[in-house]
Amino acid sequence: MKTLQDLAEIREKMRKEVALRTGEDAASKYDKQVLVCGGTGCTSSNSMKVIEKLEAELSANGLTDKIQVVKTGCFGLCALGPIMIVYPEGTFYSKVNVDEIPRIVKEHFIDGNPVKEFLYEETVTDNGIKPLQETAFYKKQLRLALRNCGVIDPENIDEYIGRQGYEALGKVLTTMKPEDVIQSILDSGLRGRGGGGFPTGMKWKLARNIVPNADMKYVCCNADEGDPGAFMDRSILEGDPHVVLEAMSIAGYAIGAKQGYIYVRAEYPIAVNRLRIAIDQARKAGMLGQNIFGTDFSFDIDLRLGAGAFVCGEETALMTSIEGNRGEPRPRPPFPAEKGLFQKPTILNNVETYANIPQIILNGADWFTSLGTEKSKGTKVFAVGGKINNTGLVEVPMGTTLREVVEEIGGGIPNGKKFKAAQTGGPSGGCIPAEHFDVKIDYDNLIAIGSMMGSGGLIVLDEDNCMVDIAKFFLQFTVDESCGKCTPCRIGTKRMYEILEKITNGNGTMEDLDKLEELCNYIKANSLCGLGQTAPNPVLSTLRYFRDEYIAHIVDKKCPAGVCKSLLHFEIDKDKCIGCGMCAKQCPASAIDRTDYTAEGHKLASMAIDTAKCVKCGACMSKCKFGAISKK
Amino acid sequence: MSKKIATIPFQGTPQQEQELLAVIASLKDQQGCLMPIMQKAQDIYGYLPIEVQTIIAEQLNIPLEKVFGVSTFYAQFTLSPKGKYRISVCLGTACYVKGSGRVLELLEEKLGIGVGEITPDGKFSLDDCRCVGACGLAPVFMINDDVYGRLTGKAEEIDEILAKYAD
Repeated sequence: MKTLQDLAEIREKMRKEVALRTGEDAASKYDKQVLVCGGTGCTSSNSMKVIEKLEAELSANGLTDKIQVVKTGCFGLCALGPIMIVYPEGTFYSKVNVDEIPRIVKEHFIDGNPVKEFLYEETVTDNGIKPLQETAFYKKQLRLALRNCGVIDPENIDEYIGRQGYEALGKVLTTMKPEDVIQSILDSGLRGRGGGGFPTGMKWKLARNIVPNADMKYVCCNADEGDPGAFMDRSILEGDPHVVLEAMSIAGYAIGAKQGYIYVRAEYPIAVNRLRIAIDQARKAGMLGQNIFGTDFSFDIDLRLGAGAFVCGEETALMTSIEGNRGEPRPRPPFPAEKGLFQKPTILNNVETYANIPQIILNGADWFTSLGTEKSKGTKVFAVGGKINNTGLVEVPMGTTLREVVEEIGGGIPNGKKFKAAQTGGPSGGCIPAEHFDVKIDYDNLIAIGSMMGSGGLIVLDEDNCMVDIAKFFLQFTVDESCGKCTPCRIGTKRMYEILEKITNGNGTMEDLDKLEELCNYIKANSLCGLGQTAPNPVLSTLRYFRDEYIAHIVDKKCPAGVCKSLLHFEIDKDKCIGCGMCAKQCPASAIDRTDYTAEGHKLASMAIDTAKCVKCGACMSKCKFGAISKK
Repeated sequence: MSKKIATIPFQGTPQQEQELLAVIASLKDQQGCLMPIMQKAQDIYGYLPIEVQTIIAEQLNIPLEKVFGVSTFYAQFTLSPKGKYRISVCLGTACYVKGSGRVLELLEEKLGIGVGEITPDGKFSLDDCRCVGACGLAPVFMINDDVYGRLTGKAEEIDEILAKYAD
């Protein structure tokens, strides 16, 4: 494939292949298409076996010509995996078990009656079966960056082309000047989705202009998603790898670069593999390499695997790592736009940022600015996890409220527990308490309430989570991941961690809180890179909204959520205890003994815990059938 | 982060060394080749003992301390061998708030080893890791490539899983 004409021909052919799934008006050669998620979440719950069985059953029934099985990227609802969607109707099977496949093939595919008992509960209504798109989880979402995830086969470039793939690159190379490309990204108001929210167009403009006549420039993609509990970028790479390649090529044309690097976490084997396949296919199709679309523009992309260092998500550290060194950040200026990778002008954007680019080019900056809030345009993908029913990947327009994300899309908190806070921005972000449940999510609003957008991790905490413990958890993370180059971060975070440990052990004083705050402000102001500058955020935000919990630990020597072990003790209610002795059998520390008190109506004397011997494992409590043991 | 360094003697074979030299020769001229070479070396040997790092340093004509600096910086590089069954418990945020700390404690108890250690028979090694990306199944741990998720933190559950690796 060398020309736009070739591309258009493939698109026309492929449009029919994907029509059933996209609802596009084109005759399909299949009666049905069965989409099975091949993302990390569903693969972990055995979706590959589901695909195998499905193919075997279809072939045994002679249906392979009429029904196509497609392995796609992530649908988003990871908690319900493995997920299987049947088009054209959009029937949604959740938690699919291999043993269920023969019945689905027979009753649904042959007889035409979906197997209701295997469907996602919410879709089965009195008025028939709801398609996937009308469930509460999907209804409020707007999928732009994720538009192809869970729709196409990520290992087939033709399917991507069938969804307008590489058309933006063609348009840019044949009809636009590099300056025009930069202008339209500037006009779109797109801001970096990796966390900082720097205007993408501005980055590109600097890299184009700051060093005139540079002999070499680089385009890098940050796919080193280190924020624990966040998997937006991984899902894009697994579900739609070509969009990143296309956008990087566009960026290369805009700034005048010939070479791109994708720095991806080695812990994402599926994403790495799909990227390799995609790069290979793009090279064969002439979408990467020399003289793309017959123009003067040449561009190629290589992969570099990270090796598990959170700090490498910072731009200068990432570049130092690609160069083959310890991934330590460099002082800025000089900024990467001037001296980046191998000392050459470089731009670095995050996966999700790139995923927006081709559509901005095709649909125009005005279309993009019509979405979102005044200063944050477009959409944002969140990985919603923790204490929430619908764990998974969610893409919403900027300006959606936290309440909508948690209660409507996320389906609320399990087991009737109460919402306590949402943590965004991972180790760099903060906790948003219930009082800000109605805040409209965008870059500036989140910063105003002491958190940050971050790359999109959103962890929901309920009443059983201790906020001091959460702050300690993140600090532990930062202490481990601090690269050690600058003192405020290396030593300061360690001291903060020690104070938090003191508090959770019940030895804290009120002066420690002042010391903690002072340290926070010092580290924020004096660290070299983003990691250190944001490391105190989890502590500052919990101090701001949950100071009473800190005080309970310090003054009352109590952990209100019952998490911090040193402050807990287990107690047996002597009147509820029937004296069965089950708890004593379970106790690994032989801390439980019989007393001489027998409650009214009971035959045996009750049991009691020797708190001095108790190791607080909770084994007794989980075994007691009478609810006589409690944690205080 | 400090790393545990193996005290057991190095048992590399000439065949492994040949493989490593071939890898080095093929990547040598690439800019920034050190990490890709070390990643391949770890695939070949299972870990990066000082002997292997020395070969890399000599072949690339760079100081050993540079190689050592990189191997100790990144969590993925290990200086001690891993067990036949590598257990890694996810301590990412989503798993942590759902009780993966308890799962790790139980595994430490059952196996009698701590994080970063290996059982004396070389069968199991135990590590914590940041996020395996299966947040929908939290809390999870992995044994080699098998993911065990939706854990409840009960001792019997861990026994059942470990029993599958009795051979």
